[in-house]
Amino acid sequence: MNGVLGDTTALIGRHLLHLRRMPTRILSVTLTPITMVLVLGYMLNKAISVQGGDYLDYMMAGVGAQVALACVGSIAIGTATSLRNGLVDRFRSLPTSRVAILVAHTVSDLGLAAIGISIASVVGVLLGWRPDTGALSIAAGFALLLLFTYVMLWFGVLLGLSIRSPEALGAFSGLVLVCGSFLSNAFVPLDDLPMWLRVLAEWNPISAVSSACRELWGGPASASTGSVVSEHPLATALVMLTVITAVTVPLSCRAYHTAEPR
Amino acid sequence: MNAAIEAEGLKKSFSDHQALKGVDLSVPAGTVLGVLGPNGAGKTTTVRILATLARPDSGRAVVAGYDVLREPREVRRRIGLAGQYAAVDEQLTGRENLVLLGTLLRLGKQGARDRAVELLDRFELTEAADRLTRTYSGGMRRRLDLAACLVSSPPVVFLDEPTTGLDPSSRATLWRMIRDQVASGVTVLLTTQYLEEADVLADRIAVVDHGVVIAEGTPHELKRKVGTEWLEVTVAHSHDVGAALAVLAPMAATPPRETGDGRGVSVRLPDGMGAVATAATALEAARLEIAEFALRRPSLDDVFVHLTGRGNS
Repeated sequence: MNGVLGDTTALIGRHLLHLRRMPTRILSVTLTPITMVLVLGYMLNKAISVQGGDYLDYMMAGVGAQVALACVGSIAIGTATSLRNGLVDRFRSLPTSRVAILVAHTVSDLGLAAIGISIASVVGVLLGWRPDTGALSIAAGFALLLLFTYVMLWFGVLLGLSIRSPEALGAFSGLVLVCGSFLSNAFVPLDDLPMWLRVLAEWNPISAVSSACRELWGGPASASTGSVVSEHPLATALVMLTVITAVTVPLSCRAYHTAEPR
Repeated sequence: MNAAIEAEGLKKSFSDHQALKGVDLSVPAGTVLGVLGPNGAGKTTTVRILATLARPDSGRAVVAGYDVLREPREVRRRIGLAGQYAAVDEQLTGRENLVLLGTLLRLGKQGARDRAVELLDRFELTEAADRLTRTYSGGMRRRLDLAACLVSSPPVVFLDEPTTGLDPSSRATLWRMIRDQVASGVTVLLTTQYLEEADVLADRIAVVDHGVVIAEGTPHELKRKVGTEWLEVTVAHSHDVGAALAVLAPMAATPPRETGDGRGVSVRLPDGMGAVATAATALEAARLEIAEFALRRPSLDDVFVHLTGRGNS
């Protein structure tokens, strides 16, 4: 086990070096959320109204969730490309734990996402976002976002290993970002959606995570529909994330184990 | 002698074709086996199975004393792999690449650094050590790749087409470095499309085509399969060709024939130096002006054409 930890640390070091050489990668995960905060929180803040509070307080949770969604595409493409250049074959021919390779990749990208979420939050604070539920509760909200991001990263790894074509993944990741953000209550309350779509969006894990964050940060909540997910968003979110992890991590490891270069 | 690599009946199919149809190989410890074949012959698939990166559908293989299917981890501790792509991390420097591998191979921080310095020096990369490998030339990348597969001083090394795409001088440098490694007792399985490369580097050669080994032996043995040496005579004036054919015919093992540009004659002689001397004397006596008089041996190219029925382009 000690060895696996050492391998993971060494491989994380590699990703950090990459980041230092290509700091522009940070832009890829921060530009979208910052733009969202500015457009929605500043330009459209007064145009969109939510019950029981300010729209800025409503959408900050959604912005955090969107950073996680943006990570899906970037790690999927990263995983697929790395299988192409033969470097992965070298790592896999070492007595190194293969899980360490994936863990290092996901943990490094989690760090990247954390930077993205921090910057977006700072912009939010500058625009007047003031969560007032106490340090612990606020921290719990951020912790939930990071947990969600980490789960999404493994989902991205699985996506990359399954689809394999960076071009297709590029198109697909746009879809994940848009559908994930707007087929959920991340930015807009679900009250006005047709019933079938509303149920779908309500049970979207992104909705559960966004609602839970709003609860933790004291933002305006979506009107309750009486369903489990709207009554207990935090618990539902945690269950959903556990289930997703239980599926994606073993499948990713297996896919990685048997991946042939194409 | 102990075999460091032993494979029996390796078969592997992909969705659309059967890549290996039963490959048998045996490489004695401390020797170099050249696996020679055209593109798509199954060379890379064989290496990937032996390096535990792919599983065969059937058959078994033992590398460095461990079964690749049952104890892949033990195998991985004892092998080095340089794949076809020069698998180096482009965003890292040469030194960082080697240190990372050293760390993953549990050499310890200082151990990994020392080993990197040593390998950079041995592969003549010390000057470029702290440049990003993205800026390396093709030859430098291959050298770093070769260094990378030797970080843990593995007893068995797989080199999958180590010089494909290199210019002749980089290729010669790489050949010299590979030979140095072999001299230190490493067992090498090397795949190549270049007959010359197999000839220069390998103790034994296995010729693969369409997923099976179609011939195996030392370069010398393989060349002998095509036939013994022959004499090639080029006359100075083309009108002398007929005369040369007539002079050589009586002593030839098979009838001599005209070759090339109309001034050459190719003839197979009975064994021994005596036949060559007789031929030279007879040509001299006939007062023919000879531009070239040479004993030719079959090249591996000839072997390849002979075995596969087609040229290796």
